[in-house]
Amino acid sequence: MSLLKTENVIMQFGGVVAVNDLNIDIKKGELAALIGPNGAGKTTAFNVITGVYTPTGGKVLFSPTDNAGVTSEIDISGKRPDKITGLGIARTFQNIRLFSDLSVLENVLIATHLNINYSFLSAILRMPKARKGEHEAKEKCEFLLERMGLIELKDEKASSLPYGQQRHLEIARALATNPQLLLLDEPAAGMNPQETDELTDLIFKLKTDFDLTIFMIEHHMDLVMEISDHIYVLDFGCTIAKGNPNEIQNDPKVIEAYLGVDEDVED
Amino acid sequence: MKNTQNSLGAYLKKHWKTVVFLVVVLIGIGIADQFVNSFMRRLLNLSAIYTIVALSMNLVNGFTGQFSLGQAGFMAIGAYTVAIFTVPVGLRSTIFYLAPMAPFLANIQLPFVVALILGGFLSAGVAFLIGSPCLRLRGDYLAIATLGFSEIIRIIFTNTQTITNGALGIKSIPTISSLWWTFGIALIVIIACFLLINSSYGRAFKSVREDEIAAEAMGVGLFKTKMTSFLISAFFTGIGGGLYAALLGTVDPKQFYFTLTYNFLLIIVLGGMGSISGTIIASFVVTLGQEALRFLDEPMAFGLDLPIFRPGLRMVVFSFLLMVVVLFYRKGLMGTNELTWNFIANKFRSIKSRFTKKAASAQGGDSK
Repeated sequence: MSLLKTENVIMQFGGVVAVNDLNIDIKKGELAALIGPNGAGKTTAFNVITGVYTPTGGKVLFSPTDNAGVTSEIDISGKRPDKITGLGIARTFQNIRLFSDLSVLENVLIATHLNINYSFLSAILRMPKARKGEHEAKEKCEFLLERMGLIELKDEKASSLPYGQQRHLEIARALATNPQLLLLDEPAAGMNPQETDELTDLIFKLKTDFDLTIFMIEHHMDLVMEISDHIYVLDFGCTIAKGNPNEIQNDPKVIEAYLGVDEDVED
Repeated sequence: MKNTQNSLGAYLKKHWKTVVFLVVVLIGIGIADQFVNSFMRRLLNLSAIYTIVALSMNLVNGFTGQFSLGQAGFMAIGAYTVAIFTVPVGLRSTIFYLAPMAPFLANIQLPFVVALILGGFLSAGVAFLIGSPCLRLRGDYLAIATLGFSEIIRIIFTNTQTITNGALGIKSIPTISSLWWTFGIALIVIIACFLLINSSYGRAFKSVREDEIAAEAMGVGLFKTKMTSFLISAFFTGIGGGLYAALLGTVDPKQFYFTLTYNFLLIIVLGGMGSISGTIIASFVVTLGQEALRFLDEPMAFGLDLPIFRPGLRMVVFSFLLMVVVLFYRKGLMGTNELTWNFIANKFRSIKSRFTKKAASAQGGDSK
């Protein structure tokens, strides 16, 4: 059953077509990857899915399962980002966007704001409901930080963390929104091979432990080929190939997009 | 029941220093209320009111990161509400001597507290009207719109002769002189802000300040969050304005020039954008400091007719002191920190270690 489907999504900025006719179909429980050369429109595709941009054409269909276990398909194209996050899509950013002046714990706590069930008046008056909510949110966030190996750093400023841990914190923050679909925008960017290996394990574990569907943009091909079930390849906004890692590795179009065309052969 | 008692006990145990501090403050206010002279009393009252207004301005500007300059306008709404509804009915014909008060208002007199709260709500209502279009936009539109609004309010109040008595203003407002009104409400506002900032809503405010795109991606509704902050701020500012009217006993449109807003902007920048305790400290420092430097305006300050001691020197010196503070404390006195017991202990420790280091290096120098 598909969790996220895009139907002929087009994203145009003036005369530039950043994403052209994007058709993605991510099944529940799958780990899909979106790859492609720089400027192919991968992050734009993410921004369309998460509501940062309203697509100029096509539909983005998301089928979340609510608390009662009912799955319904919703057209999320053009919805506000916070509404989409509320439905169950969380993301991380390519160029880390943490709340840098706030503590590590606060960063994660903010992501629980969309699930609070008390008004600001009861927050000011510290009603029992608000206190209980605060307490639960804190416990949940500490659990997530523990999981991501950041619990000792919970009172540090987010900006004081080393780069790799900031990436971990972004994932913890995304998880705190209770997502069903997690979008990772280059989670391994700037990491050394060892860190990338650790991240690979982590992503895989998170996927099973939190019952997640993951869709990620990544340039580290080892990572992509090792853990993805499904790969989409973008080039100049168009989907040039899709399939499992094996198919992608042997696809001539993909090789062409990454390595260029050998001009001698054409002659 | 038992459970709540236990948690109360635990709370007291954990925060006993704060509780003791609060009790000391309350006793201090009680003593001051008995013994200070009327000049000092007025200054203290003004400081407390400035604390209320500056704090609510900081809620929007410092904590939510939205640049609003409408403080004077919101204060005017609160002040005029208190003025219109608390002036004794019998005196109204003498106050409104150019044009009689509008009949629908002429006989309504409300108790001070009711008028004060009404002023807060009216102020918040107007904030809703301004915020609805402006808070949807990103960038500095809010600053321009609120600045314009505060001038519009002043001009409206100058021209609605039958409601606000126009440029003549309203006199004979029953005044408050006890410190309890202003300090009591200031304490309530401080505590409310503190609890709000440390709740999920407060964190949402801060997330909007830090990074709007990330906040939205984490499910924080930008418009709703900004609006909440803006409304709470306007409500408290309206209350502050009401107290201001009741303290001075008279309101007229000239009191609410946009320069009044810059007083509060100065306070929050000085105290630290995003610090409650910084705002409180700065409110008192600025209000009392401006008065303490008043001797500079007097030509015969030191018994001699010194050529530079002329009216205006006070503001020159005051501005200079401000520049010095801003030069050394880039982010205001407190930055985004709060004056907590930990903060004081850390400061104390760092000062102490600096001295011991100095002493150690001095000893090292001696032994050579």
